[in-house]
Amino acid sequence: MKITLKEVEHVARLARLELTTGEKERMRAQIDSILSYIDKLNELDTSAVEPTSHVLPMTNVFREDEVMPSLSQEEVLVNAPDRHELFFRVPRILEE
Amino acid sequence: MRQTGMSSSSGSRESWRSNAVDLTQLTIHEMQAMLATRDASATELVRSVLDRITRLDGQVMAYTTLTEERALEQAGAVDRLLAVGDPLPPLAGIPLAIKDVICTKGVRTTCASKILEPYEPPYDATVIRRLKAQEAVLLGKTNMDEFAMGSSTENSAFFRTRNPWALDHVPGGSSGGSAAAVAADLCAAALGSDTGGSIRQPASFCGIAGLKPTYGRVSRYGLVAFASSLDQIGPFAKDIRDCAILLHAIAGHDPRDSTSANLPVPDYSSTLTGDVRGVRIGIPDDYFIEGMDPEVEAAVWTAIRTLKELGATQEKVSLPHTPYAIATYYIVATAEASSNLGRYDGVKYGYRTTRPADLLEMYQRSRREGFGPEVKRRIMLGTYALSAGYYDAYYLKAQKVRTLIRRDFERAFEQCDVIATPTSPTPPFKFGEKTEDPLQMYLSDIFTISVNLAGLPGISIPCGFTKAGLPIGLQLIGKPFDEATILKVAHAYEQATDWHRLKPPL
Repeated sequence: MKITLKEVEHVARLARLELTTGEKERMRAQIDSILSYIDKLNELDTSAVEPTSHVLPMTNVFREDEVMPSLSQEEVLVNAPDRHELFFRVPRILEE
Repeated sequence: MRQTGMSSSSGSRESWRSNAVDLTQLTIHEMQAMLATRDASATELVRSVLDRITRLDGQVMAYTTLTEERALEQAGAVDRLLAVGDPLPPLAGIPLAIKDVICTKGVRTTCASKILEPYEPPYDATVIRRLKAQEAVLLGKTNMDEFAMGSSTENSAFFRTRNPWALDHVPGGSSGGSAAAVAADLCAAALGSDTGGSIRQPASFCGIAGLKPTYGRVSRYGLVAFASSLDQIGPFAKDIRDCAILLHAIAGHDPRDSTSANLPVPDYSSTLTGDVRGVRIGIPDDYFIEGMDPEVEAAVWTAIRTLKELGATQEKVSLPHTPYAIATYYIVATAEASSNLGRYDGVKYGYRTTRPADLLEMYQRSRREGFGPEVKRRIMLGTYALSAGYYDAYYLKAQKVRTLIRRDFERAFEQCDVIATPTSPTPPFKFGEKTEDPLQMYLSDIFTISVNLAGLPGISIPCGFTKAGLPIGLQLIGKPFDEATILKVAHAYEQATDWHRLKPPL
């Protein structure tokens, strides 16, 4: 077994996903079979190989810090599931 | 009709000038010609396609959102420009469809997910701005696998898109809606996105042309992110000339995407000379694997023979790390996806669960109720691969194997100019055939995935049909930023064959 139910629960917590008991077991079995397949990467000796994160040579892009038009607050808030005036409203985080 | 035969592009010219012409079947360049000679107005073109959508999209189910009014308004604006007599930009009045993963200002952009179902972006993606700057007509948004994760469009949270060639078969995915819309003449051409084959495989399944440009050729600004080091936007079209026209319209550097390459964009249409004499076509032995459908294999070899008859030469090349591509992809892509999809937290946009007790419950339940099973599976796999203790064993290992896959292609391209392969090992499959086993679905992407890992351009073009009448696609892979050569070869092949002219029996 590549992944345990306990690990599935841990990863679900990290990913902020709630899973039912049935989903957890199904997910465990499916991820287990995918990880077993992925194990074939260990057939390759990569000790002397550099990792590729991007195929293009990446350089940082600099520009002058100029004031440019941007979205209005109203445009930004128009898709909010819940708002209060010009703010996103979320459940209380701080205790009173 | 279903056999290779010589024909010329001018052959169709007379037929579309006759009164019997079906405007919906025209390519972009044929529509351009009709607009230029005033044989049709933009409003006539757009209305005919909208009428066909009304008649047939109930069967095909390609569109998630239709913007009929906006489309007719834009067509009217183009007709007013035509009346003034000014020269028009190439895409003026051309009715196009857009995969529902590309942001369109004020028009719902759902990614076929419940979590984004009501989302109306306050801005346009760069590719959309470029199409609008050319006065193109946008008909609506097309169905897809949720967040572009899938190979059959069955992972859409809304409905299943059907293959116009056989309605009980999948159109491929993830850009299944765009591919089906082009194949069924429900638009002139379309945009899709390709992270592991999501343009090329549905193009192959629907019998049309689909191009994934080199990573960095087209701006990703406004493309909802799946795997940022692999994603690329590209065109679906009825022929190669249209692919060239659309690619030219959307390609080029964009200050809003730091991964878009600052390189000149060639005039792709002018490279379609039909002359492929001396072009070296590489054939990788490693791709003609066990398990490939014999009809697919036969069609691809016949296509390679046709290219040789046109003067191209055949070279043997080797891509020895091909058997590791899928494993590498499903670590790299899911790791990037798990990070990109962290933004769906129910705060600023998208779905939020009702009456959560606290913030954590709001996140967990919004994501639980908003994401479908495949998206959850990939978020879980990616989170696992990036988590403490597994990062080196999975993510870093996969990035290293990615280097080996890239080097395979660099070596192969020392011996050839273009690599030819099947696009998919099988013809389109039936609904439900692969949904129970995610790994089987992943394995169907074997020939397209390496191209994304290496960042190369790839195109799928129709190269035949099975006895059952299902389309087969030929994939041509090019050197980085050399879309011109794969377009040239694809065009020469197309000129020598009739596959792209065949229409599904709708």
